[in-house]
Amino acid sequence: MGRVYLDHAATTPVDPEVADAMARVLRGTHGNPSSIHAEGRAARALVDRAREEVASAIGAEPSEIVFTGGGTEADNLALRGVLRARRADGTGLVTTAIEHHAVIDTANDLAATSDGARVTVLAVDRDGLLDPAVLERALDLRTVLVSVVHGNNEIGTVQPLDLLGAICRRRGITFHTDAIQSVGALPFDVRVLPVDLVSMNAHKFYGPKGVGALYVRRGTRLATVQTGGGQERGRRTGTENVAGIVGLGVALRLAAARRTTESARQSALRDRLIAGILGRVPAAILTGHPVLRLPNHASFCFPGVRGDELVIACDLEGFAVASGSACTAGETEPSPVLLALGLDPASARGSLRVTVGRGTTAAQVDAFVTALPPIVARLRDGHRAAPGSSVTAPVASPRT
Amino acid sequence: MAMSGGVDSSLAAALLAERGEDVVGVWMRLVPDGGDADAPRCCGTGTAGEQARRAADAIGIPFYALDYAELFGRAVVDRFVEAYAAGETPNPCLACNAHVKFDALLGDVVRKLGGARLATGHYARVDTAPDGRRRLLRARDAAKDQSYALYMLGPDALARVELPIGELRDKAETRALAARYGLPNAGAAESQDICFVPADHRALVRARAPEAFRPGPLERTDGTVVGRHPGIGALTVGQRRGVGAAAGERLYVLRLEPERNRVVVGTRVEVTATRHALRDVRFTAGRPPAARFAARAMLRYRGDLVPAEIAVEGDSAVVLLERPALVAPGQAIVLYEGDEVLGGGVVRRAA
Repeated sequence: MGRVYLDHAATTPVDPEVADAMARVLRGTHGNPSSIHAEGRAARALVDRAREEVASAIGAEPSEIVFTGGGTEADNLALRGVLRARRADGTGLVTTAIEHHAVIDTANDLAATSDGARVTVLAVDRDGLLDPAVLERALDLRTVLVSVVHGNNEIGTVQPLDLLGAICRRRGITFHTDAIQSVGALPFDVRVLPVDLVSMNAHKFYGPKGVGALYVRRGTRLATVQTGGGQERGRRTGTENVAGIVGLGVALRLAAARRTTESARQSALRDRLIAGILGRVPAAILTGHPVLRLPNHASFCFPGVRGDELVIACDLEGFAVASGSACTAGETEPSPVLLALGLDPASARGSLRVTVGRGTTAAQVDAFVTALPPIVARLRDGHRAAPGSSVTAPVASPRT
Repeated sequence: MAMSGGVDSSLAAALLAERGEDVVGVWMRLVPDGGDADAPRCCGTGTAGEQARRAADAIGIPFYALDYAELFGRAVVDRFVEAYAAGETPNPCLACNAHVKFDALLGDVVRKLGGARLATGHYARVDTAPDGRRRLLRARDAAKDQSYALYMLGPDALARVELPIGELRDKAETRALAARYGLPNAGAAESQDICFVPADHRALVRARAPEAFRPGPLERTDGTVVGRHPGIGALTVGQRRGVGAAAGERLYVLRLEPERNRVVVGTRVEVTATRHALRDVRFTAGRPPAARFAARAMLRYRGDLVPAEIAVEGDSAVVLLERPALVAPGQAIVLYEGDEVLGGGVVRRAA
């Protein structure tokens, strides 16, 4: 079978059509989009077309799309840009306990530095959902920005942006969502969704790494973070990554076109995988909401194992997967997102994330479902063996 | 393959891979990220991890970083400090081999990662005798032999350990092979002899065990006070002192006594002995050759071999050397028969 890639939440392979489009740019259109001459105009036209593709995919106007160097930069621009621009209205920033580092670390940085943001972090329920009533209670007259991730990368839970956004809109509070995991997979129309800023990242929807976008609804006040030449209407300056932007546009256009069929196909594979794992691995926990979750996303906790060892063991058997826990300071640290669900640290350490994609087949899912239970059993046995046992004690026989 | 980031373990990995073995590189993180002066210079820091990863990539084998910082802190660094505070001179490499590398790591490699054996870049050899017994042997190049540090490995561990570079003739051969494999660290400095010697171990011990740095009396064996010492944590058995100018003779630290915060000094004759008691005795065959037997004793890493008679009782032993020698408590005496490591133990404080 060869290796099986099941880590699409980390990144996706570049679609061949995207790669071709980018190669044509790299080989053929070298101009700086800001230049007046014909070479510059040719590059400018490519950027314009990509902007239209992105806007069209989410129901926006092209002028509302800002290209960035990636999703983290988009999140930074959204948080820092809004707080700085709306400083006179207040300094309150409300977000959740299950945001990506790009949001929560930026929020903490804003609180700690001279910007002096007042950051409120909202708890979620055990499925990772934010209760709109909880959000409502947390808002006050000095809140200027709410940031809620659309689809969480670790646990897959998808938030009710329509309800959350409506609450913010009623109070004149700017509403940002990190849609990095979701925009290629779920319907997303800003004409219907009451969102003001949306972060996107090309390499999550079969585009290249190093380029992203931020949707900024017309009328939203946003200060710039990166100062310089005035590109992107002054919102994000710097000579455009033309090839990357072209790639992003093509990738999102393709994703939007294939969304309905692909998401149905992938969610069927996801459910097959979830059923297989829950059925065959004792004491397995599915993390995140069982229904309101990203179509390609399965995440588990296995008490009695360490997530990093799980990933290594799977890798040695040819399966690429991920774990939410990070290895620091001698002991595997459980992820804050899992702890926010109310999981105990011991279970949270044994986290595993499996995300299917366009190239995933049922045979691959079945192979993984067959391979994982013995791996978990072996690691559980390995942990139960007394730590620090004498070197003269007998070692277990090799795995069969 | 336990990779340290140094040229020896990288070369060992390359040799195994070329031999057609299914090799997976692992690197042990031994200090927390952003760690400090406690960092072992050999292999536990982020820089070493980077070098190990690049070497694995150059060879074309998988590579994983495994975190043993907490265990290393407890089993090696804490013990190191406690030993100095107790008046001993520890060899932390031995603690690392005994509790981390050939215990936790070996166990994890076999039980969790499904490995058949753990290879390291030590200059030593393991082979199988005709009767099936695994033997630990000195390296072919005696000048680089590191078998002293592996004396505590028993039959089960030796069955699972592989030492690819012990067969190499000399340093020149090592470097030539490393260059041939295109290893990124081929030109790097020699790997450290002792992996963990903090730049100033006294500072580490002083910070963790300040009670070991209280001044106290410096005495001769007959109780005559000849001066003051700065704290037993600052001294090592066998260390020369500048005292005794009046007596016109060179004095050496004979004994460190934390209970009375006293340091006993003596002449060279007084501080050397033929009889040395050992604790935590281990044998590579799992048991001693006999209750009493003859062997050659190595008294410190890269030391000379001294003929000796050994008497074993449980996991203690008494070593009677052919000639008197100075051996610091906390160090190991390792016993050889020909090229084979029989075993060894840790030197107890002299009574």
